[in-house]
Amino acid sequence: MTVALERPAIAAAKPARRRRFSLGAVTPYLQSAPLALILGAFLLLPIIMIVVVSFWDYDFAAMYPDFLTTNYSDVLGSWVTWKTYLNTIKFAAIVWALTLFIGFWVAYFLAFHIRTTAMQMVLFLVCTVPFLTSNIIRMISWIPVLGRNGLINTTLVHLGIVPKPIEWLLYSEFAVVLAMVHLYTLFMVTPIFNTLMRIDRSLVEAAHDAGASGWQVLWNVIIPLAKPGMAIGTIFVVTLVMADFSTVQVMSGGQSASVALMMKNQMSLLQYPAAAANAVVLLVLVLLMVAGILRIVDIRKEL
Amino acid sequence: MTNTTQAKTGLSRRSLLKTGAAAVGLAAGSGAITGFPTIWAQSNITLRQFGTGVSNLNAIADKCKADLGITLEMTATDSDAAAQRAVTQPDSYDIADIEYWICKKVFPTGVLQPMDVSKLKYYDELVPLFKTGKLTPDSVIAQGTAPHTVGFVEAQDSKVFAKTPTNWFTMVPTIYNADTLGIRPDLVGRDITTWADIMDPAFKGKTAILNIPSIGIMDAAMIMEAMGNIKYADKGNMTKEEIDKTIDFLIKAKQGGQFRAFWKSFDESVNLMASGEVVIQSMWSPAVAAVRSKGIACRFQPLKEGYRSWGGGLGLAAHLSGAQLDAAYEYINWYTSGWVGGYLNRQGYYSANMVSAKKFMTEDEWGYWIEGKPAKGDIKAPDGTVMEKAGALRDGGSFEERMGHVACWNSVMDEDRYMVKRWNEFIAA
Repeated sequence: MTVALERPAIAAAKPARRRRFSLGAVTPYLQSAPLALILGAFLLLPIIMIVVVSFWDYDFAAMYPDFLTTNYSDVLGSWVTWKTYLNTIKFAAIVWALTLFIGFWVAYFLAFHIRTTAMQMVLFLVCTVPFLTSNIIRMISWIPVLGRNGLINTTLVHLGIVPKPIEWLLYSEFAVVLAMVHLYTLFMVTPIFNTLMRIDRSLVEAAHDAGASGWQVLWNVIIPLAKPGMAIGTIFVVTLVMADFSTVQVMSGGQSASVALMMKNQMSLLQYPAAAANAVVLLVLVLLMVAGILRIVDIRKEL
Repeated sequence: MTNTTQAKTGLSRRSLLKTGAAAVGLAAGSGAITGFPTIWAQSNITLRQFGTGVSNLNAIADKCKADLGITLEMTATDSDAAAQRAVTQPDSYDIADIEYWICKKVFPTGVLQPMDVSKLKYYDELVPLFKTGKLTPDSVIAQGTAPHTVGFVEAQDSKVFAKTPTNWFTMVPTIYNADTLGIRPDLVGRDITTWADIMDPAFKGKTAILNIPSIGIMDAAMIMEAMGNIKYADKGNMTKEEIDKTIDFLIKAKQGGQFRAFWKSFDESVNLMASGEVVIQSMWSPAVAAVRSKGIACRFQPLKEGYRSWGGGLGLAAHLSGAQLDAAYEYINWYTSGWVGGYLNRQGYYSANMVSAKKFMTEDEWGYWIEGKPAKGDIKAPDGTVMEKAGALRDGGSFEERMGHVACWNSVMDEDRYMVKRWNEFIAA
């Protein structure tokens, strides 16, 4: 981001120096001011506040400015936290694997099997149709499908495939993963589709001419070139799942925990400093994960 | 901060009650209350009231404006936010509409002022439950934060709760009820008589309890005691060991697959019950009514161990004085003079002044809601839709039968923070 900001700044500064010094010196700052102000006020400042508050003391009524580490020792010292984090990471891993697999093949189909660009765009828009309704509605609409007396169970029982309704379809981890995959796959499809479309088709032809089989082309040409898209999709999906609370609460019937849900519980009990400490831990963890992804794949190559 | 934490529970309860509130304002209020000396319209007095949503009803504000000329500005929050607001923003309200367990937390901080009993016109008519803790002279006082234990202070400037009634009342009781388990009589397949039935292996995967720690722990305590696992000294104020034992039991039950879900909002509990995912669960009275209104059988099952009860009242902010304080007294006297009481009774809650409320209910309504008699005609909701058909009986029977069998009140424990921490472990387990 800094790179992108500096470049026009330097370009603007050079001709200015020849004319009048003062304006030229100020221009880059003026140009970057709007974004800096917005990011400062709505991103940096809140994060600083969260970090500050995470060291405060509290009771049921109020927070007291202080410098205590008890919020952190409470968070890190409790087996509930560890279990919840593991649970959240587990969800993230499963959902990531599934969305990557499904997302890649959807994107691959769109990019390589649909001949006309117009049709590609039409089908891509079809993929986004569910996004015309809200996240919550798409999630809740699973409930009548999966429930004990829901569509699937009624059908299975009527067809005589199962003697009695399957219980684990709803209010289970299965339901959570299913809903998350449904909600987040498109975040994988879009960046992968984007990178696949940029692949020079002559590379594929060259590989074929050199005697590569279909799988070899896929494995040695297409997937390596699609990696930046996969990485961007991964960042989307992982951060979304790590921060999710509504899907986990609704689809598990409140029986499963996630880090964000834990924070939401603390906030509803007005334990803001404890929630803030949790938020800081989660932020650090997610930033580490994103840093790890960026080390493995250079997404700048695509941007 | 208050805004971001407004719970769905309070709001949805409220929106349910709100339906058609205006209709009642016209219908029931036609026999206008007389005998109020002051009309405040000229002085344009406004009272700011905040509270937990259950009784923050627009119909009450409209009627108050019409009768007294006092404009009521109401704000609804969930109970934790209400407790916080009461303490941290004492100048932001004139009237606090809070539950008694919140009063226990809030009053000692000095943000409320006690009321002079001699200025309360209807004090003598108030149900004795809120003065002595006994509905009838021979009732047993329930455990937990019983309203009378936080109902009085020793003197006008005192912050210490008095053991016996004094001239200084902390809050005027307004609304209360007795909660129990809701069941689907068509699906349970047997008689439900005790809180322990929710742990019956036959209902494995078909039960739910509510995930609001301060209330959920009380339901859990009722269950534990009914099963004979433990005998609490006071389930409203458990020791750490008692909390541990209770939560460990819940965790074991959860891992054994006894629960289908934990609900947090009113709507969730209605959906769980209506869809048949759950056949027995913790429930609130209007939620049972909501399930029934869908044409699905649902019972608010009385149980032999008794009810878990809750109650709320109106408290005066410490900063009130002069004309505003007079208006607040006027408002409170109006509140207990009957119209509101009748309105609340018709919602399935109870009014603290039954004598005056009776004058604002038809004989049939009084018979059904309060005396536990079969309804002679259809019992209608405030918006005119039929709630119960003629011949219906209220679950649990009469007012005396229900409020006379309260086993414990919603409460705040000394080990509150520890309890919440352990409760979160139960949810995460």
